[in-house]
Amino acid sequence: MLATPAPVSLASALLPAQGWKSSRSLLWRGKRRTCSRKGNSSLIIAKFELKPPPYPLSALEPHMSRETLEYHWGKHHRGYVDNLNRQIVGTELDGMTLEDIITITYNKGDLLPAFNNAAQVWNHTSFWESMKPGGGGEPSGDLLELIKRDFGSFERFVEEFKLAASTQFGSGWAWLAYKANRLDVGNAVNPRPSEEDKKLVVVKSPNAINPLLWDCNPLLTIDVWEHAYYLDFQLNHYCFFSQNHRPDYISIFMEKLVSWEAVSSRLEMAKAQVANREREEERRKRAEEEEQMPYSEAVKMYLESDGDGDDSEAE
Amino acid sequence: MALRTLITRKSLGLGLGVSQSVRGLQTVSLPDLPYDYGALEPAISGEIMKLHHQKHHQTYITNYNKALEQLHEAMEKGDSSTVVKLQGAIKFNGGGHVNHSIFWKNLTPVHEGGGEPPKGSLGWAIDTHFGSMEALVAKINSEGAAVQGSGWVWLGLDKDLKKLVVETTANQDPLVTKGPNLVPLLGIDVWEHAYYLQYKNVRPDYLKNVWKVIDWKYASEVYEKECP
Repeated sequence: MLATPAPVSLASALLPAQGWKSSRSLLWRGKRRTCSRKGNSSLIIAKFELKPPPYPLSALEPHMSRETLEYHWGKHHRGYVDNLNRQIVGTELDGMTLEDIITITYNKGDLLPAFNNAAQVWNHTSFWESMKPGGGGEPSGDLLELIKRDFGSFERFVEEFKLAASTQFGSGWAWLAYKANRLDVGNAVNPRPSEEDKKLVVVKSPNAINPLLWDCNPLLTIDVWEHAYYLDFQLNHYCFFSQNHRPDYISIFMEKLVSWEAVSSRLEMAKAQVANREREEERRKRAEEEEQMPYSEAVKMYLESDGDGDDSEAE
Repeated sequence: MALRTLITRKSLGLGLGVSQSVRGLQTVSLPDLPYDYGALEPAISGEIMKLHHQKHHQTYITNYNKALEQLHEAMEKGDSSTVVKLQGAIKFNGGGHVNHSIFWKNLTPVHEGGGEPPKGSLGWAIDTHFGSMEALVAKINSEGAAVQGSGWVWLGLDKDLKKLVVETTANQDPLVTKGPNLVPLLGIDVWEHAYYLQYKNVRPDYLKNVWKVIDWKYASEVYEKECP
């Protein structure tokens, strides 16, 4: 009760039964939360902290200004963190990992109040980490191979990513994600998984929604809420009279800001998690089978001892 | 059905800029503002008004016209799949055009009566339904601030029930998407582009200040036409 969050009705109803929850929460728990115990009571106060980007706020200039970072990280992102902490304190969400809160408050689409703040906290951290000073260029190694396999070429991937980002109506995000061997149907599991089923996909999402909810591992993200680019694209730097400011921002992001190292390392983590999950599923299946065997053994023994002593089967 | 209401000028009665017949297709054009870009300061900056009108509204119009042309072609060819596929772009860009056309009429400089509360039947209706103008403003501001992402907050009239309502819509969904009997009297754009350059992330400040340039005369006219 003290060391781990108590099982809650919402959680058991809404958290995925598959293994990703436990393997993922271990990864995020240490980085995200500080827990302190208050006096003698069993109350855990868990506060999420606003994690700074992995570079100084002015480091992305001239492609993304310090002013933008100051507002985007310092006000928007900070606001989501503060509001989330206020919303969860003393509730059953208090003490859970961010990913679990996101899943639970998503509530299968019938969003609960804390969802927007929780998801936006996660999304923005992912966004800062998707960029780096002197970014851009092309990926390499496994990541590049997978991109070529799943999109045809790096250029085709870039086209698809830019299209998703520019056609997300209203506010939202565009993602490169790693999708494991699941069918595209809710809770169905592919009975004959193969390596080809695991693939990279480009997806877009509205407002605060993110691909964690679709059981994908996000690898790269771009924020296309207007606040992400409005200050930089309306003022001095770029084409004041160009019709469409968002596409310019997306291009700059791809050409000058993307951190392919971060994307590659997330891909490795994703592959490891998926492999872990498969192993756990195997183990679980085997355990279930083993459990059933003693029963049939008992039946056999019963029949043998109760029968005439001959070994003929009852049926 | 929804499509026809979008392209028929009469059913909206808003004086949307309608131009050019391209192969029998009516396209739309950017309506002029009845005031200078800087005339709404300090509530809304001239820079925002210029960008909002010349870039954002114009983009919706450009993309709406393009979608209409593509729709026209698809309909002539009997290409149902494309007809259906275009509905998203039509709703978004057409909605953007409809909503912003209303918005420009909802605003007026202070020296032209901006911010002056409504007299006459709309004023009475507001007091009846909400208690007071202050209560209405508080409700609109709180719902407007609570819109997640992009959208609009509206004061609408249910013309069948003769009731005033406060509603929000997401993205560029027009008010009718919340009820076919709803007539927009007043809409406030809460997309970030409507206020970001001036108010940054503090949407509540924008909502507090925009009331100084709201044109209640226009809202009253629309109301009195539906409730004579």
